[in-house]
Amino acid sequence: MSSTSNPSTQHTSTIGAIGAPSRRNTELALLVFAVVIPVFAYANVGLAIDGSVPSGLLAYGLGLGLLSGVGHVVLRRFAAYADPLLLPLATLLNGLGLVVIWRLDQSERLQQLAKIRYGTFTPSAPNQLMYSAVGLALFVAVLVFLKDHRILQRYTYISMVGALVLLLLPLVPGIGADVFGAKIWINIAGFSIQPGEFAKIIIAIFFSGYLMVKRDALALASRRFMGLYLPRGRDLGPIITIWAVSLLILIFENDLGTSLLFFGMFVIMLYVATERTSWIVIGLLMSAAGAVGVASFASHVQARVNAWLDPFGCYDTSGACEQIGQSIMSFGSGGVVGTGLGQGNSDLIGFAANSDFIFSTFGEELGLAGVMAILLIYALIIERGVRTALAARDPFGKLFAVGLSGAFALQVFVVAGGVMGLIPLTGMTMPFLAAGGSSVIANWALIGILLRISDTARRPAPAPASNPDAEMTQVVRP
Amino acid sequence: MSELTLTVMRLGFLAVLWLFVIVAVQVIRSDLFGTRVTQRGARRDGRAQQAARQAPPQQRQQSGGGRRGRNAPTKLVVTEGTLTGTTVALQGQTITLGRAHDSTIVLDDDYASSRHARIYPDRDGQWIVEDLGSTNGTYLDRTRLTTPTPIPLGAPIRIGKTVIELRK
Repeated sequence: MSSTSNPSTQHTSTIGAIGAPSRRNTELALLVFAVVIPVFAYANVGLAIDGSVPSGLLAYGLGLGLLSGVGHVVLRRFAAYADPLLLPLATLLNGLGLVVIWRLDQSERLQQLAKIRYGTFTPSAPNQLMYSAVGLALFVAVLVFLKDHRILQRYTYISMVGALVLLLLPLVPGIGADVFGAKIWINIAGFSIQPGEFAKIIIAIFFSGYLMVKRDALALASRRFMGLYLPRGRDLGPIITIWAVSLLILIFENDLGTSLLFFGMFVIMLYVATERTSWIVIGLLMSAAGAVGVASFASHVQARVNAWLDPFGCYDTSGACEQIGQSIMSFGSGGVVGTGLGQGNSDLIGFAANSDFIFSTFGEELGLAGVMAILLIYALIIERGVRTALAARDPFGKLFAVGLSGAFALQVFVVAGGVMGLIPLTGMTMPFLAAGGSSVIANWALIGILLRISDTARRPAPAPASNPDAEMTQVVRP
Repeated sequence: MSELTLTVMRLGFLAVLWLFVIVAVQVIRSDLFGTRVTQRGARRDGRAQQAARQAPPQQRQQSGGGRRGRNAPTKLVVTEGTLTGTTVALQGQTITLGRAHDSTIVLDDDYASSRHARIYPDRDGQWIVEDLGSTNGTYLDRTRLTTPTPIPLGAPIRIGKTVIELRK
């Protein structure tokens, strides 16, 4: 833009197009900050529990610093114009998650519980640190090998098949594992993997590739009825298919979270692609109908709904109710500023205290102030994702970034809402905070892809080459 | 560990956490605006190559004004009117002035035509101002332009209420 249009009353200034700085130094400063905070938290937990600074403090700080430092160097080298905030925010959440998982490892109560249940107690924090390293390796791999996110567009339908296979794998006898009622894990070579976490990213590729091509048909061919643009019957096909698939997941895998995530993500992307509010209305109606329908005959879902409606009514009879009740009590006992790290009793939640319910520990030990800060950090990640979508110049990148950040947002909402008793608990993991390898690895890959898109979007356009034709014309002109 | 230390650490941790959030939001702030504002006097980043692709001037007149070497103007400055203080770097591109939105300098001036005038370098690097058939005319010093005229350094060019001049 060479226009110097400035109709307002700026009398002393020049307005020009922004020169797109790379912001890598800003990122480095924030990253240092984001490593120092978890180290502080770690020291705080150690002082509160043992009265001494934990011996692994230095190693932990160096490890986290090294991991995020590698991420930063790779960004400098391979995606210099990427968003400066995503990496520090994710690092901070991952670091805080590690600290709280370590803190729950120290709980006598949870150690006893694990010994009763499995015979031995294995601390989760070392595993989680390893998974974080693997996640960062995947993050680096995404940035190094995915030079341009538009390449993924070629694999639109392959990724649909891939995502469906991943989603259905837990149902295959032999590799599918039924863990505590939900069939969302698979066992391969001694590792249990939650394929739904990866399917989340892969299906976003399909949704964006598909909607990019079909959005005109979905947006324009419609009748107006009561202020809503109703799509034609045949255009309802895809949404009904996704709805059916997510209901099948709900019924056969007993997994409310995953099915909600996929359907919600599709509706969000459909709305963004077509700008038609009617899709949101239709989506909400369909998910309400599906939820009510399934809840009326699937016992697993019924138990969850009962635990949500009245956790203290069935507190003594049902494990699910007791967990929700304990979770709500830990939020309550946290108050405004919390009990302090390492000084709460959130380990009373028992099973899954460090995965699905890790947010309750934050609620108790950091209080409302801490929970709000954590939620704001999530909100900032989502904001950066949507901002990336706004800045992206290609429709595929726009939809892809919206889909990924929408999935991230839905996951945060579903988990945080579940542990606070706002919606029925769904059994998903809080991204980056919760213990769980698949989740942390998949989310690092998600951040890597968002950074790749934002690098493409924010990179300044190359200076237009001087037009040789124009020069020639000038010379030849009589 | 004393109760006091732990309380201080607890509140300190929350403060640090919120400080991080605030710093992050400050970083976002710079992204919210698509333009950069530089104070008067600072040179504008020349990114005006688009204008360079416009058709080369059709008419030239070689009157007065010898070759410019070190005395060549480097920028165009608006000295009067609503755009006072705006500068445009002169980098061999044609600068168009007028109310049309695709002008290099968009004049918000009732007395300006939509395509009012243009300023371009001739083959020798001498900057020329040419009136593009405007209703109210373009004035160099006090004379109304009828033909493309070389611009002396610092001479005021008046278009409606706006006055611009070339500076080193």
